[in-house]
Order: sequence, then structure tokens, then C-alpha cells
Amino acid sequence: MATAIRVKDLHKAYGAVAAVAGISFEVVEGECFALLGPNGAGKTTTLEILEGYRDRSGGSVEVLGVDPAQGGRDLRERIGIVLQSAGIDRELTVGEVVALFGGYYPHPRDPGEVIELVGLGEKRQARCRTLSGGQQRRLDLALGIVGDPDLIFLDEPTTGFDPSARRRSWELIDSLRALGKTILLTTHYMDEAQNLADRVAILAAGRIVAEGSPASLGGRDVAEAEISFRLPAGAGLADLPPLGPARPRLDDGRVVLRTEAPTGALHALTGWALARRVELEGLAVTRPSLEDVYLRLTGGDR
Amino acid sequence: MSTQTRTGSRPATGPLLLRQVRHQNKLFLRNPFSAFFSLAFPLMFLLLLGSLNAGQTLEARGGIPYIQFLTPGLLAFAVVSTCYTGLVTGVAMNRDMGILKRVRGTPLPASVYVAARILSSVWFSVVSAVLMVGVGVALFDVEVVWRMLPAAVGTLLLGAACFCALGMAVAALVPNGEAAPAVANFTVLPVVFISDLFFPMDAAPAWLRALGSVFPVKHFALALEATFNPLVTGSGWSWGHLAVVALWGLAGVLVAVRKFQWEPRSPGGSRRRRRR
Ligand SMILES: Nc1ncnc2c1ncn2[C@@H]1O[C@H](COP(=O)(O)OP(=O)(O)O)[C@@H](O)[C@H]1O
Ligand SMILES: [Mg+2]
Repeated sequence: MATAIRVKDLHKAYGAVAAVAGISFEVVEGECFALLGPNGAGKTTTLEILEGYRDRSGGSVEVLGVDPAQGGRDLRERIGIVLQSAGIDRELTVGEVVALFGGYYPHPRDPGEVIELVGLGEKRQARCRTLSGGQQRRLDLALGIVGDPDLIFLDEPTTGFDPSARRRSWELIDSLRALGKTILLTTHYMDEAQNLADRVAILAAGRIVAEGSPASLGGRDVAEAEISFRLPAGAGLADLPPLGPARPRLDDGRVVLRTEAPTGALHALTGWALARRVELEGLAVTRPSLEDVYLRLTGGDR
Repeated sequence: MSTQTRTGSRPATGPLLLRQVRHQNKLFLRNPFSAFFSLAFPLMFLLLLGSLNAGQTLEARGGIPYIQFLTPGLLAFAVVSTCYTGLVTGVAMNRDMGILKRVRGTPLPASVYVAARILSSVWFSVVSAVLMVGVGVALFDVEVVWRMLPAAVGTLLLGAACFCALGMAVAALVPNGEAAPAVANFTVLPVVFISDLFFPMDAAPAWLRALGSVFPVKHFALALEATFNPLVTGSGWSWGHLAVVALWGLAGVLVAVRKFQWEPRSPGGSRRRRRR
């Protein structure tokens, strides 16, 4: 698999503000890569450098084999851009604007098909000014893919969507990936990164603080599991059997145990409960969610 | 990169430009303000001033009918409105809305986009001119001096090009879209009244005439008025005036090329989330 995007030690300063402070990552062809981070983390700055809109203060970037700062029409024929916010001629109809933009590319997709794909089929004849915010966003998406690009940049594609519109966009993005497209998206929704991305980089204050598959991010797959249940009536912490090296603690009537070996601990625990004929109410085994990892890494829980 | 085979090749520049001009024309006609200020407003002036001064002659121009002076003057006014005012406000507002930024991210060459906007403005200048001369001929007996028609058309096109260039330059300089209409009007209106457009400036104080001569509007108007003046001999080209117009246009091109921006740059720049 060839590399579609290569970012090495990228820096960008706005005056004294270091918006991007040395980040590196690579996206291979056909991959969906997400930059996840809170507002102001530097996501848009990074994306717009890759799209050729902004110059960089340091480092090197390569998009489909060329430096986007020098990339001309050849590069723009192969990429699709959905900006975080961009305008549209309000007096054009949806059908007109999608057909117009398709005409800029060498091998566009069928405008009608693209309009259907983003769920604007019924709005084809509507003037753009009459679209709701979410509908305009879907039009943005349509304009980003009508040129049938190899690589698609999506800057917060679903911010402000209702749940069903979001799900629909996720399906669309998934279908683009199935066509072999490379996708680089930014988001501040963890579930979006988790659902769409093969790999995620968490960006905070201009640095990548974690990178990996959504399942493994921040060592989530190897971190301690947490076993919890309600303490059976009449029992105390001291009555519990030995559950490995970690000590259980009591939290508002619930026993909470963090352990790296949940199998053995559960075995001992359930054996104990069966012998005493008590039910372990609310028994649960959990691992830190992506949200926990995200909040810890971005300092959002301080 | 993808394995699918693709048909289709890069769209040729000619058809691409033509489509883009049609697109700009469509936007122009759907925007009531641009259509009004470029087409209806100058026509209204013609009907109004033409009726008020019916049968009057102009001693300052050797006694020709006033309408032979007014019609080309208003043509000049229409060109300035369409090309200069229209582009300053249209381009600056579109830039603020992020329309230019979006276009910049597509393979459409910047030159084609800009050329289409300019050609569309020139096109509506011509439409406006044909409309006004037609109405002038029909209602006020305007005389088209055929031997000077090539000069009239050439002067009109040169003026349109000059004011398009100046429009692009000022659009590049105004801080944001909200300021654009004010800037456009404040630069045009005072100049228009000292430029021999609605009435000759012969009786005006010398300093005011000198001031008017600094700006291109007066030279454009005088050059155009010559082509409608039956007393003017020859083919009607006013090379001196046209040179001044061309010089201003060149300055406009220089500023526009150096300062033009595609991204919004109101306070906060592209960061500010715009109402969508
Ligand atoms: N054009 C700009 N001028 C000055 N500062 C900017 C500009 N764009 C972004 N910034 C600053 O850079 C930082 C990163 O912004 P941005 O890349 O937009 O983050 P994100 O997209 O993750 O919200 C923020 O502190 C922001 O205020
Ligand atoms: Mg952003």
C-alpha cells in the first residue's frame, strides 16, 4: 500500500501562537484516518496545510506524492475538500451547483446520483438559500465527492447533525472507503472516530498525544479492566474472597475492582456468590472507553 | 491510485470558461440588486433626464441635442456600475462567504474564474448599452453616428475592462464584504458628478475640472460622448482619453494581481464560524 499523505514534524505558528507544534503521521491509500481533538487543537490548520490553503512554518508534507504548497490543478483534480465552513451561491439550485462543480473535474460522478447519495434528492430543485444547516452540510459533502477524487478531506463533516443525518453520512463515508478512497477527517466526536476510522490520532494543543486504531488507542486494549457490582445485602468487603493482587474498594454501595486479570477474579467472585446463593446485582466488566482516554489525554477532565 | 479505470479528460479551457460565464450571468440575473443597478437604474436616469430635457440643446457642445450627450454619459455610468461597483461588492461579499475559498479548492483555474466574472460584467455592460441606445433611439430620437460606431464599441469595451480591473483591485483592498458597498459608492458617486456624465463641466470651477480629470470616469465619458457627437469629425477615437483610461486599468490589474485573496479576512479570518 502506497502512502497517500505523509506529514513530518509539521509546525505552524500564527504570530506567537503555535497552532501545530511538530506533528507526524502517515495515511496509506484506502485508509480512513481521523484527527480527533477539541476545538483549537490544530485540526483545521493541519488539514488546510494539506489542502494547499495555508503555508507551513516548518516540517514537510506530501499529498499524493506532491507538496500541496506547490500542487496545482493536477493535485486538485484528485482531491475532494469539505471545508469546516465555506459558502455557496445562495441563488443556485442544488442540482445546478453540483453539476457546475462536477464540470471542473476530468471524470466527475453523475450529479443526480451524488445528490441522492447525500440524501438531497428531494431538494434538487431547491435554491441553496432555502436549505437547513444540515442540508447545506450535506451539499458540502456532495461537492467534495462529485469530482470522484482519490483522496477526500473532511473537516468536521457532521458537526451540527441530528443523529439520523449523522448515521447517513457515516454510511456515505463508509461507502466511499469501500470504493478505495483515502479519507482524512477531523472530528471532535469520539463515536465518529470510532465508527469511521481505521486509525485515529488524538490532537491536543497542536501535538499528537496518542495514535492507533480506535480499539487500541491510549493502550485501551491492555489497560486494566474494572469489575463492579452491588455489595450483596449482609455482606461486607471483608467477606469477599481473595480476588488477586488488587484490593476492591467500596463506592456508594458498589464494589469496584481494577484488575489486569479479570478472568481469575470473576471466577473467584462468581464461585463465592454461587456458594452463598446470592446474586451479584449490576455485575459489570468494563474497560476505559475511548472517551475516558480522550479526556485523559486532552486534559479535558481537569 | 485506485484500480478502477476512468474515462474522461480534463475539461478544455474554452468550454469551461463559457460555462463559468453562463453561471455568472445566471447569478447576476437572479440577484435583484445587480440587475437593478446595472440595467434598470441607468435606464431610469435616461427616461427621467431625457424627458425633463426633451428638445434641449447643448451650447457647450456646439449646440447638439442634449440627448446626444446624455445617452453616452449614462452608458459610461452603466459600465461603471456594472463593472466597478458590481465587482467590488460581489467579489468582496463572495470572499467573505467563503465562496471564493471553496472554488480555490477545485481544479477550476483561478484565471478562468476571474476571467468569467469579468466577461460576465462586460457582457451586461454591453446589454445595458444596447438597451439604452435602443430606448434612446425609440423615445428620444437619439442619432447613432454610424461612422463612429466602431469607436463607440471599442471605447465601451476598453472602459468596461478598465473598470473591471479597478473593481477587482478595490475588492482585493476592502477589508470585508460589509464595507464593500460603502467603499464602492463613496469612490464612485463623488467622482461621477465631476466627470461630465450627466451635465458638462464647462462652467465648473477650474479646480473641480482638474480634479475630475485625475480619475478615469471623466476620460471614459468624454471618449464615449465624442462617438455620439455628430459634430465630431473622423472615426471618433479619443486616443488621449483612452490612454488615461488604459493607464488606470493597468494600475488596477497590478493591484489586483498582487493583493487578491481567496479567503475571508474579516476579524478572526477564516476561523470565525459563519452562519450557514
Ligand atoms: N488564521 C488564524 N490566525 C490566527 N490564529 C489562528 C488562525 N487559525 C487558527 N488559529 C489558532 O490556531 C489554533 C488552532 O486552530 P484550528 O486549527 O482552527 O483548530 P481546530 O480546527 O482543531 O479547532 C487555535 O488556537 C486558533 O485560535
Ligand atoms: Mg477546526
